[in-house]
Amino acid sequence: MALLTYREALRAGLDEELARDENVVILGEEVAQYNGAYKVTEGLWKKWGDRRLVDTPISEAGFIGMGIGAAMLGLRPVMELMFWSFAYVAYDQIVNNAGCVRYMSGGLINVPIVIRGPANGGTNVGATHSHTPENLLANTPGLKVVTPATAADAKGLIKTAIRDNDPVMFMENTLLYGEKWEVPDEEYLIPLGLADVKRPGKDFTLVAHGRAVLTCLKAAERLAAEHNIDVEVVDLRSIRPLDEETVLASVRKTHRALVVNENKPFCGVGAELASLIQEKAFDDLDAPVGRISSVDAPAIYSPTVERKQLPDPDRVIEKVLQLC
Amino acid sequence: MNTLVDTPALADAAINRGLKKEEKVRFLRDMCRIRRFEQTSLKYYNLGKMGGFLHLYTGQEAVAVGTISLLGPNDHVITAYRDHGHALAVGMTMEECMAELFGRATGCSKGKGGSMHFFAPDKRYWGGHGIVAGQTPLGTGIAYALKYKSIKGCCLCYLGDGAINQGTFHESLNLAGLFQLPVVYVIENNGYSMGTSLKRSSAVRDNLAQRAEGYNIAWDVFKGEDLYEVRAKTQEAVQRARERSEPSILEIQTYRYYGHSVADANAKKYRTPEEIERYKTEHDPIQIWRRHLQDEGLIAEADYEEIDRQAKYEANQAVQFAEESPLPAEADIMKDVYYEVDHQTEASRQGTHFFNS
Repeated sequence: MALLTYREALRAGLDEELARDENVVILGEEVAQYNGAYKVTEGLWKKWGDRRLVDTPISEAGFIGMGIGAAMLGLRPVMELMFWSFAYVAYDQIVNNAGCVRYMSGGLINVPIVIRGPANGGTNVGATHSHTPENLLANTPGLKVVTPATAADAKGLIKTAIRDNDPVMFMENTLLYGEKWEVPDEEYLIPLGLADVKRPGKDFTLVAHGRAVLTCLKAAERLAAEHNIDVEVVDLRSIRPLDEETVLASVRKTHRALVVNENKPFCGVGAELASLIQEKAFDDLDAPVGRISSVDAPAIYSPTVERKQLPDPDRVIEKVLQLC
Repeated sequence: MNTLVDTPALADAAINRGLKKEEKVRFLRDMCRIRRFEQTSLKYYNLGKMGGFLHLYTGQEAVAVGTISLLGPNDHVITAYRDHGHALAVGMTMEECMAELFGRATGCSKGKGGSMHFFAPDKRYWGGHGIVAGQTPLGTGIAYALKYKSIKGCCLCYLGDGAINQGTFHESLNLAGLFQLPVVYVIENNGYSMGTSLKRSSAVRDNLAQRAEGYNIAWDVFKGEDLYEVRAKTQEAVQRARERSEPSILEIQTYRYYGHSVADANAKKYRTPEEIERYKTEHDPIQIWRRHLQDEGLIAEADYEEIDRQAKYEANQAVQFAEESPLPAEADIMKDVYYEVDHQTEASRQGTHFFNS
């Protein structure tokens, strides 16, 4: 096992898929000669050249739509958005074209595209650059949404996303790009729609995705040490398709659940999960299903204060104790 | 019909000179088929047999038939929501198109797309798109894929004059000019973006294609009522795309006899009845082409009438086919969402894809 950063693991996954399939082409702002705004694609242009790594102008609607058109004809474009917040510029292309063209053509067309980039707050860049649209895009049948929390997951999932024949929205996190994890040396794939129990426990279930998984793991350590509560942390990894069974199995074991995510609360991923758990595991619950999200306002800039807008271990611990 | 006087040289253009009688008659038949299809669909729309919108192509037939007649096995077509004419011109059947309008399972999109969303990828026809100019990045991407795969083909990407003010169109032009993509943007300028005339919607008033200059793209403007002219002038752009992988913008001036859609309540208010009548009597593409063929001694009056009669018959047969076809089953709502689910692949077996309670 090598110790790789999240960005290195992603890069390794992209590199392997570029080698495996000639139809894979990476397009986006600064992905080639600049080596990537967040250096995810560093070195790939030098290795693969102008045909496979393509810098685009700042035209998110135009180039995302171009990628969708190319995918309709059989390419497997991997489109980088410098921030997922910029997807709002390309929203029509993503939802109406990538998301609906298969359906509207009665299944005659499919769009094997991956759109990837960071989708997170917490970096003091203001509301316009801090959106977390996983709930918005998972609300569109036809799209798939993936949110890896670790380097190993990022690599295994990006490879699967590229091979998937449907449009996959792949949401990363700038705060994780430099974090290191052990990553298997041999080739591996992680299926979409398969959650991962990142920490087994018997007393309480925390359900999370993306960076909130790490917040939950920190909270779980302290809950064990300070309160003798044995917490299970379920990492969804993919929002749509959703691994309901792993979530429900955990709740049936622990009888208590808190959904933690950096999404906004109203109509967020937490709302969907809370509904799912109460509907399908109601008789197993000993307490109401709790939710923790980003504080319900646009992302504040002020560096110290923004930290408090996102879920942190303190808020998770406080809520868990309330529900116990 | 003084427009005929202008075009004998175009009839003699290289791309037209070699046309056989059968091809010329087929163009007439295809235009008549589009017209009869649209008239018939209007009739049944007004009878309440179909839902949604109905954007008729009537009056613009020589554009779709003329441009698409130039295409070969490596060339592709994508258009907006006024898509019936292009669909028939690429060879889709009246039956599958009419059944789609009737919302039947036998429709080209299994009753899931409707009037604005006809598709036939096997005929390299990629729709049928409802959002104004939303198809222009897709057409650009189809051309991108052709170039990526080193295929000598082109993509004809149609849009209306109302679409030229959308940002995605301008972004597409920049990408096509920058990457030198084999795409031909065909602006079918029928003079009205819904009810707003060009004068009231475009800062550049006389000429829409000239916007190409801002993106270093070749352009041309011409009339769309004479199939010879449409073919001769479009051919240059098609060649430019296929042989040099360069984009073009063509503005083809045309006219729609009906409103923006059949639901356009003001269709006769923003233009005068005289204007519509003048187009029908002086600029009708079918009558102009018919006159050519009669002047060239290729058909007689009776031949035209027979062709038109057959087109009408075919349209009525298509209605019968549609009416006798089953509706999609309720279970069909859940099909054709995800490729992996439809094909029951390994990927489809992991996780929940649908959230119906």
